[in-house]
Amino acid sequence: MLATTSRRGRRTIVAVAGSAVLALLATACTGSSDSGGNDDSASGKDVTITFWHGWNQDNETKAIDANIAAFEKAHPNIHVKTVGNIADDKLNQALRAGGDDAPDVVSSFTTNNVGMFCSTKAFVDLKPLLQKSGIDPAKTFPAAMLNYTQFQGNQCSLPLLGDAYGLYYNKKAFAEAGIANPPKTFSEFAADAALLTKADGDSYKQLGFMPLYHGYESTTEHYLGQYGPTYFGPDGKSNLATDPKVAAMLKWQKGLVDQLGGYDKLEKFRSTFGEEFSAKNPFHTGQVAMALDGEWRTASLAENKPGFEWATAAFPVPDDQADTYGRGYQTGTIVGIASTSKKQAAAWELVKYLTTDTDAVVDFANAIHNVPSTFEALNSPKLVSDDNFKTFLNVAKNANSGTTPAAVNGSGYIVSLQNLGYDYESGKQTDLQAGLAATAKQIDTDIAQAK
Amino acid sequence: MSLAFGTRKGNGGKAGAGPSAPAAPSTQHLLRRKRRREAARTLAFLSPWLIGFSVFFAYPLVSTAYFSFTSYNGFGQPSFTGLKNWDYVFNHLPTFWQGLRNTLWLVVVMVSLRVAFGLGVGMLITKVKTGAGFFRTAFYLPYLAPPVAATVAFAFLFNPGTGPVNHLLGELGLPQPGWFASPDWSKPALTLLAMWGVGDLMVIFMASLLDVPKEQYEAAELDGAGPFQRFRYVTLPNISPIIMFAVVTGVIQTMQYYTQAIVAGKVAGGIAGNSGQQFEPGFPNGSTWTLPQMVYNLGFQRFNYGAACVVALVLFAISMAVTSILLRRKSGFMASDD
Repeated sequence: MLATTSRRGRRTIVAVAGSAVLALLATACTGSSDSGGNDDSASGKDVTITFWHGWNQDNETKAIDANIAAFEKAHPNIHVKTVGNIADDKLNQALRAGGDDAPDVVSSFTTNNVGMFCSTKAFVDLKPLLQKSGIDPAKTFPAAMLNYTQFQGNQCSLPLLGDAYGLYYNKKAFAEAGIANPPKTFSEFAADAALLTKADGDSYKQLGFMPLYHGYESTTEHYLGQYGPTYFGPDGKSNLATDPKVAAMLKWQKGLVDQLGGYDKLEKFRSTFGEEFSAKNPFHTGQVAMALDGEWRTASLAENKPGFEWATAAFPVPDDQADTYGRGYQTGTIVGIASTSKKQAAAWELVKYLTTDTDAVVDFANAIHNVPSTFEALNSPKLVSDDNFKTFLNVAKNANSGTTPAAVNGSGYIVSLQNLGYDYESGKQTDLQAGLAATAKQIDTDIAQAK
Repeated sequence: MSLAFGTRKGNGGKAGAGPSAPAAPSTQHLLRRKRRREAARTLAFLSPWLIGFSVFFAYPLVSTAYFSFTSYNGFGQPSFTGLKNWDYVFNHLPTFWQGLRNTLWLVVVMVSLRVAFGLGVGMLITKVKTGAGFFRTAFYLPYLAPPVAATVAFAFLFNPGTGPVNHLLGELGLPQPGWFASPDWSKPALTLLAMWGVGDLMVIFMASLLDVPKEQYEAAELDGAGPFQRFRYVTLPNISPIIMFAVVTGVIQTMQYYTQAIVAGKVAGGIAGNSGQQFEPGFPNGSTWTLPQMVYNLGFQRFNYGAACVVALVLFAISMAVTSILLRRKSGFMASDD
């Protein structure tokens, strides 16, 4: 009996230890987020700062290293140690912990965490530094990019190149369907999508456009970039149920889904798509004749050379907002200074250089085929761009282009809206207004809980 | 404790004899000193485990419990909020219940089928006369496949549009489910993936089956027992501790089910997770959304460590409860007296 109990006890401990892994997942250490002091870089003394970034492809790391080398040449007393391939979870950990090995300057591929970086003061507010350096952010950076780098008036990061979204279309398919120009309004877009669609039994030989939210870049927030909604009201509460543009977008997308064959048929066709970032992308293979995608696709199409001519244009806009044609969704990489940094003066020199030096921004944009993030760089004659890439430069310059604002709980509100989108397009949710009200309530609850 | 105080008292007692006449230590004193040395030695041997237990179990568990009553986003200091996180998770987070249902579904269905399949394969292979080595290897190899690679491969094989599985089903005139792309079929598809990697259970079942004394089968046969009765009254009682081990470890592993579910959801959902792309696990329609994914999502994507700790504690409590019930009902991992 004793032996049995003892064994049972031991096994229970094994079970407890196994479950402890779960407990470990949710455990975190508290850390200091004290504001770092100044340094001696201004007086010409040697200072070494650490820069963490997420780039990891050969051409990307080569480009950022060249940028850093140019910075060091211009600032001989500031030395930069770069650490690449850093994801946000690792970044957060370092920002919490601080210490000598923690980064001074950090960049992130996603704008999702800006709300957290700003509200927790993990990043330094750059407004006083911009002011001191005589930089007017509104005159330097496009409005959408400025929007996704700040939270509630705290400009805790700056844009370091951006991504703009537009329409890619198959010129050969357009010619075969007798379409002369890319669509500018949603009604033209729907008509073109129907003309470009060729059935193949219960599937498609060619689909005009894949409207489903899982169709790679055709997400709720990217579509909403064409509407210009206000995600939050002045009181910080979700506007999803009250801004008619959100309901209008969801209805428009659902209409397109129904028009092109219905959810089930489209979903089955979607499952035949290859990897998004490969030559098997459905636009590359000709499975779809039009796609909503970012500027990076111009580089991969040029490299993969599909067997048809293609071109780009701004993505169409709702008919009742035809005068805003040329707008699009924008996002991008952000860069900021860690509050734990003790070398903030030198760190600011690097951030200022990377984000506002026109040649630095242009060279980097040319090297990694991203959209430059300042007005001067967007208009620079040194910027390498053909007509297809110019589409995205124009989207970035367009005052009506939009983004998703930062929130204290990251992308939680976007995901909540996206989940409603999935339910609505598949027919699981039929009462749109009730769905929007419930989603808005959930977003408010989630944000209140995260504060 | 008593040893330490006792020692001091013992010394005090001898002090009255004066410094010029040091008395020999008493037997009791020597015994206490020996016991103390033994205790110190035992502690020294135990110390690696004690340190590991404290650092990797006790501290995280206590911290998790503490953070579950605080508002904490990873920066600054946590502030005490009482039961706010618990109320949020249980009453205002519908995805918690969905995740709990999915997790329990996987625990019940996946663990049962995996154990039954592992036992079945083990029994078949112990009966195979020729080529046993080949079959053992063939069934064991999938277990060695990295979970991410295996899941990606399965998602391609079971792709409703281009996968060979549905192509074959179509050729046979059978229905072609959506598998990982269908809310009704995604969990069964994950279960098939788990059954494919049954090699670990097959090996331990094979070993336990080969350990059953042959005389017992011979005696049962002489008593007129058929194959089912031999399995019921000879095999099962002998291997019941192994079955219990497989069930308990299976339950614990499945309560931590994360990698396969998130990879399948990403691959089938066409999510690359690039810049600006939002992804919440659970594709399609939250059907693969499990509680471990929720812990990660709440803690590291939504910066709500308090709520993430509540979910982690719920998982811990369920794991403990299920394990305790199973072990209590079946007298642990001891062989049955049947």
